[in-house]
Amino acid sequence: MAILSFYLLAAIALTSALSVVLQKKAMSSALSLIVCLGAIAMLYVQLDALFIAVIQVIVYAGAIMVLFLFVIMLLDPTSERLAPSLKSVAYAAVPLGVLLAVLLGQAIIVYRPASPSAREPAISDISAVGMRLFSSYVLTFEVTSILVLVAVVGAVILAKKKV
Amino acid sequence: MIPIQNYLVLAALLFFIGAVGVLIKRNVITMFMCIELMLNAVNLTFIAFSRHLGRIDGQIFVFFVMTVAAAEAAVGLAIIVALYRNRKTLNVDDASSMKW
Repeated sequence: MAILSFYLLAAIALTSALSVVLQKKAMSSALSLIVCLGAIAMLYVQLDALFIAVIQVIVYAGAIMVLFLFVIMLLDPTSERLAPSLKSVAYAAVPLGVLLAVLLGQAIIVYRPASPSAREPAISDISAVGMRLFSSYVLTFEVTSILVLVAVVGAVILAKKKV
Repeated sequence: MIPIQNYLVLAALLFFIGAVGVLIKRNVITMFMCIELMLNAVNLTFIAFSRHLGRIDGQIFVFFVMTVAAAEAAVGLAIIVALYRNRKTLNVDDASSMKW
C-alpha cells in the first residue's frame, strides 16, 4: 500500500516537473511547479516529516509560488516574443544532464545505507523539532533572521522606482 | 517501509530535470522556477535520510533551506522586476552585458 502511494506520488512529481520544463508559458510552468511541490509535500508526510510537509505547503506553495505568480502576471512575459533558446546550448545541456543523472544513479546504486544507530524516539514529533531548533541550532536560527532582514531591505531597494 | 533508494532516485531525477531546465530555458522566471525544483529535490534527500537514520537534524536543515529559498525568491524576483523595467525583456540572452 505504502509502495503504491509512493509510486503514484513519484509519477505525479516527475510528470509535473517535466511539465515545468516543457511548457511554453511561464504561467503554466508555475502551476505545474505547484502540483510538483504538493506531491513532494505528500512524500514528506509519508516520510514522517509532518512539520516540514506543512511548511512546504504554507511557505512554498503558499508564499513563494504566489510571489512568482504575482511577478508573472505583473510582467506578462507572454506579451513579448521570447527568442527560441540557442540550439547549441540545448544540444550541450541534454548530454550534460544525462551525465549528471548517470553519475547520481551510480552513486545511489553503490551507496550501502548504514544501519541506523541510536534511533531518536520520534522524528514525526513536532515538539522534538522545535526543541532541537532552539537548542543545538539556535545560533543558526538567529543568523537566519538577519538573512531575512537583509532580503527584505534588498528586495525593497531593488524594486524601487528610482535607485 | 519503503527503501531509501527509491526516494534518492526520485530526488536525483527531479534534480536532473531542474538542472536541464536551467540550461535550456531562456525565460528568466522559468529558470528561477527550475532552481526551486532543484532545491526541492535536495530537500527530499534530506528528509529521506532523516527518516532512514532516525535523526531529526535533516528536518532542521530543510527548514533552513526553505528560509534561504524564500529570501532568494524575494530578492531574485525584485531583480527580475528591475531587469524588466530597465531592459523591457525577460530573455537572459538580452541581459548579458556583464558576461565575460
